[in-house]
This record gives sequence, structure tokens and C-alpha cells, in this order.
Amino acid sequence: MNAAPAPTPTTTTARSRGPKRWALAALAVAVLLVACASAVAWLNRWGEAPLPEGDGPPSAPPAARSVARGEYLARAGNCMACHTEAGGAPFAGGRGIETPFGTVYSTNLTPDPDTGLGRWSAGAFWRALHHGRSRDGRLLYPAFPYPSYTHVTREDADAIYDYLRSLPPVRQPARPHALEFPYGTQTALAVWRAMFFRPGGLAPEADRPAEWNRGRYLVQGLGHCAACHAPRNALGATRDAAGLRGGLIPVQNWYAPALDTVHEAGVADWPVEEVVALLRDGVAPRGTVTGPMAEVVFRSTQYLDDADLRAIAAYLRALPGGEPQGRRPTPPQPPKAAMEQGAALYARHCAQCHGDDGRGRPGAFPPLAGNRAVLLDTPVNVVRTILQGGYPPVTAGHPRPHGMPPFTQVISDDEVAAVATYVRNAWGNRAPGVATMDVYRARERRGR
Amino acid sequence: MPAPMDSAFGPTPAAAAAPRPSRARRQPPRGMASHLFLCLRSRVAGRLLLVAAAAVGWAGVAMAQGQGPAQGLPGATAVPASPAPFSPAVDPGMADRVIACTACHGREGRATQQGYFPRIAGKPAGYLYHQLLHFRDGRRSYPQMSYLLEHMTDGYLREIAGYFAALELPYAPPPPPQAAPPALERGRRLVHEGDAARGIPACVQCHGAAMTGVQPAIPALVGLPRDYLNSQIGAWQTGQRRSHAPDCMARVARQLTAEDVSAVSAWLAAQPVPGTGKPAAQAPGPLPMPCGGVEASARGDAP
Repeated sequence: MNAAPAPTPTTTTARSRGPKRWALAALAVAVLLVACASAVAWLNRWGEAPLPEGDGPPSAPPAARSVARGEYLARAGNCMACHTEAGGAPFAGGRGIETPFGTVYSTNLTPDPDTGLGRWSAGAFWRALHHGRSRDGRLLYPAFPYPSYTHVTREDADAIYDYLRSLPPVRQPARPHALEFPYGTQTALAVWRAMFFRPGGLAPEADRPAEWNRGRYLVQGLGHCAACHAPRNALGATRDAAGLRGGLIPVQNWYAPALDTVHEAGVADWPVEEVVALLRDGVAPRGTVTGPMAEVVFRSTQYLDDADLRAIAAYLRALPGGEPQGRRPTPPQPPKAAMEQGAALYARHCAQCHGDDGRGRPGAFPPLAGNRAVLLDTPVNVVRTILQGGYPPVTAGHPRPHGMPPFTQVISDDEVAAVATYVRNAWGNRAPGVATMDVYRARERRGR
Repeated sequence: MPAPMDSAFGPTPAAAAAPRPSRARRQPPRGMASHLFLCLRSRVAGRLLLVAAAAVGWAGVAMAQGQGPAQGLPGATAVPASPAPFSPAVDPGMADRVIACTACHGREGRATQQGYFPRIAGKPAGYLYHQLLHFRDGRRSYPQMSYLLEHMTDGYLREIAGYFAALELPYAPPPPPQAAPPALERGRRLVHEGDAARGIPACVQCHGAAMTGVQPAIPALVGLPRDYLNSQIGAWQTGQRRSHAPDCMARVARQLTAEDVSAVSAWLAAQPVPGTGKPAAQAPGPLPMPCGGVEASARGDAP
């Protein structure tokens, strides 16, 4: 029959002080949360006016001229690439865009009233591009590259709107996104936007030529080059979008090389005509596009007019072209055994097209000696190319390209590593060797 | 989403700006490599002759078909007689352009029955063309194929199909049968007689009495690996492989049990390819059911 011991004086004091402290702490946290929430809410409404009452599409059909201009601009923005499923109706959406946070499905841009843009006004469309907000007020996922499209002018947005309104309506409901918690919530999106997104617009720089300004508008705005060619942080936001310093495309796991150094994909030392040819035809004397850039040329840049291509070239050529920051020291010579294994594999599988001397065959098979794409610090592109092969895009200027076989079924990961190490270190090439694990990561699309 | 795979000529910007490689550099490599090179050269020449011969032959077949009477019975689907307009003139440079296909489909596109991948050399041009479209547009699913074809136009795919269709190359003998005699007999009976009670037509009704396919859109069933046949019929059953509507093969495949599928595949894979293996000019009779792929090919159009 033991009674509970009487509390000591010390315990009593602690008990009476504790709740007070907790209350204060809770109050401070609550105040902080409210402040943060207000800041997030306020930042998400920055510079944005609500849509007018009874907002909707105009009753008159769009003017033919605006439709034609809009079609051209929609190509420049490559809207169709994401908003069309393989083999699906153009612009009807449904393509899955894989992100590290889950899959976002593109929406239907045809003028169907229930499942597409049929009830949207030009103002609502502009708000989506400029502010990243849907007609119903929901925030949009930045897989839709509005951090770039925010620079698109109202006039251009209106023309694209007119073009989309001229398309045949397709009834195709949007697929719900498959995002992991908490990324699928509007709150998470609002916080992300408060941290990383501000509505933009590009005022022309008066001391630069008009051509450069036009190029900057196309590269940073509709072209949304930074979506791939700029590095991303852990939350998927592009860092220093204007810098185009290169980045690993999340999930796709291709490295979009830097456009600001001639060691990667910079064109500071290319003639304008060659830059134009690369974007228009997919092939130029010093380079061929494959990988995800093939899609950009195939669906977008091959349709741009000469003046716009020259403007893009002018802008890209004016980017700093020199040594990137923190450039690696010369990598060590890879082990002799790996080079010997690689050389034997090369002779068997590669030399027929790329030549014993790695010089390729002009007009058909690219050289590997001195090839910037082969020598990138990250081996992911060269490994992916060996595994998957590939064709440059078929364009009017390059209608019958040569292609490379996929070797994923032919040689093992060990062998891919050896041959990749070899081509990165033969004929005067020098780049870090490739390990079997690099090949595994590239094949499984696991990033680095 | 963009990312260029850039391939620069020359090791440095200065070298890149230098004139084209000198003649010395363009000469064939020496030693063993030079033998290989010369072999390739002569093989290419031989191949070109074959291609030219095949092209002439194909043109003949095409013309004959154009003149052939259209068949048709009430309630049955007529076999379209006009071939898709494939150019019989094959560009000699095509062999190099389609080298990407050969890692899996074998040198000159003649994979044998030993592995998984199907032979493509000598298949009907319309059939090959539609398969290329299907892979590009997601009606057939094989990531390597879709990736290679993603940024190709209908015109180039048609040319590639025409190139492989025109190749006339010998077939290897089949591997030994990979099933027990009762299963093989079940397969043989389904292929030759079908099963009317279950609404399964005989394979030979569409794919030709010799099972070497029918111009321009029906493929051969012989000369293919068992695993490939199994997986294709399975893919039709699950909807992973599709054709133009009405999708006759999907309809047939869904009538087959798992035992039927493995019996048919095992029997077909063990058959030698008769004669030259060329597709027949026309089916033995009217098709037992409408086939969207055959009709699309007759129209010569893409979906």
C-alpha cells in the first residue's frame, strides 16, 4: 500500500514553468508559420491580376494571320513535343513527363470545351504562360516550363492562343499526375514558387544589337533552352537559367552540355552559318545532334526562319566561350588492361564506321577523335549512345541520315565501360575512364 | 527536352577549322584492317548486285499484282491487289544508312532462328513500313526501336522498308524442334487447319500456303525464332502490339490458349523456309476477316 511519493519542490517548479515555455514556443512557431504562409501566398500573387468576371473565349474566329504567326511561335516553343502522345492527336496531351518527383501528364491544348482550352480566354492563356496559373486558379507544375515562358510577350502569347483555337477539338481528358507526396499538393507548389519563381519579361538591352536581343528572347523565352542546359537544384529548379552552364536532365539522364564553353557545346568559335545549319538540319561540319536535342531540332528549330536562327546563333556565340569554372585537371591515363580490352572491342564493333583512326567518315559517321561529346567530363552521353545507338533527326536539309546501332543487347556493361574508356583516351583524346558502375547507372537511368 | 549530342571534328578548334582530311588519311587502313576493309568493299559490291536483282524482281511482282484480278466474295474481305507505292529503285548508299538495324537483325537484316530478333530481309515492304510506323507511334512497344525511329519521317521509313524488302538472301536451316511431338502436331494442325469451332482461322489462309507471307502487307511465319513468335502472339493478346483497326491478329490471338501459342510457335520455328522464301503475290483466297493493316497498305497510306 504505497502512496505515490510527494513531488519534490524542484519538480513542481519545472512543471509550472514548462507549459509557459511551450506556449511561448508554440506561439512563436505559429507566428512564423503564418508569416511564411502569407509570404508564400503574397509571392504567388506577385504582379498578377485576377481574371475578369465572365471571362471566356471570343465568339469571333481567330484571324488567319494571327493563326499562322501562332503556329510558327508554337513551333519555336516546341509545345507539341510535350503536349502530344506518341501516335496521338497533335496537341491533345497525355504524354508523361518523368521528373524526380513523379510523372506529370501534359494537358489537352485543343479547343475542346470540356477537356481542352475551349473555355479559356486569351487572358487566361497568357496568365498560364506568364504566371504559371491555370484557368481555374490552380498553380501549374513547372514541368510546363513557365519559368522560361514567363518571358514570352503578350502579343506572342495571343498569337499562340489563336493558333491553338484554330485546331480541331479533340475530346481527351487529362490524365491525373502521378506525383509523390508532398509534391502533388498545391501547398508544396506554392512554396516552391515562392522560393524559385518570379514572373518575368525581358526588356531589350539597348547597348546590344537587335539581333542579339531577339536571340536572347528566343533562347530564354519560347525556346526554353535552360530547361535542359542549366543545372537544377535538389528541388528541380534551374539555377542561373541565363548562364546555360549545362546540366544533367533529371530522369532522362542525358547531360545537356554547357553552351557557355567551347569545351562542351559552346559555339563562340563557330561561324554563324554552322550554328544555323546545326539547328535547322541537325548536322553541321563540326557537330550532329542526337539524344534529346534531336527532338528539339525535329519538332522545333528546323521550322524557324533564317532571321530567327541567325538571332539565336548571335546570342549563343556571344555567351562566354572560354574555360568553365573549376575545370578539372588532366585525368590520369586509364589502366593498360582496360585500354587493350577497349581497343579489341572497338576494332570489332566500331572501327567499320568510325575508322581505326577514330576519324569517322565525313557526311556519314562522326569522328570520335577530338569529339567534344565523347570528351565530356560525365561519361553518361557516350555510354547512352553506345547502349542505345541513335539517328540524328530527319530534316528537310538532312533527309536521309546515317544511324548507330544500339549495343545494349550485344556487349556487356563491362565491355561498354572498356570501349567507352578507350574512345575517350585513344588518338590523343583524354577524359576520365568509365567504370562498369557508370554504365549500369546510365542504363538504369539512375543519374550520378 | 533538349540536350545536344555534339560531335566536333578535330581535336582543337584550330584543327577543326583546318581543311578536310588529306588523301592519305582517306586511304584504306593497313594490315589486317585493310583485309577487312577490302572484304567489306567486295561484300558491298556483291550485295548491291543482289539488291539490284531483287529490285527488278520485286518490280515484276508488283506489276503482276497490279494487273491481277481483285478477289472478293460476299461476306469475306477481298485481298487488296494493288501494292503500296514503294520505289523499287534502291539507293546503293542505303546499306550504310541502315547499319543501325544490323546489330540486332543481323548482317543485312537476316537474323536467324537461333536468337530472339526477327529477320527483316525480304519481308513484304508494306508490312515492314507499317511496323516502323507502329514502333514510332507507340502501337508496338520495344524501347530500342522506338528510340531509333522517334525522329524519322514517313518518307524515310518507307525508304528503309523498301530497302530491306528488296534484299533477297538465303535462309539458314531451322533449329531442331523445341517441343514434344504432340505439341508440334497441335501446332501444325492450328497452322494448317485452324479451329473453326473456336473461330480460329488457319494461319495459311492469310500468310500464304507456304507461310512466306503475302505481298504487300502480310509477313512470313517461317524463318522466325520461337521466342519471337511466342512474344508477338502474347503481345497481341495483351494489347501491347497493335495494328490498324480492325486488328485481325489481335482477334485471332485472343482466341488462342497458352498451350496453343507455344504449340504454334514451336512448330513454325522448326520449319525450313521453302524455296527463296519470297512472299506470295497474293493470298490463296479471300481473307477470313477484315484486316486494317492490309487495307491501309493497299491504300498506300499511313494511319
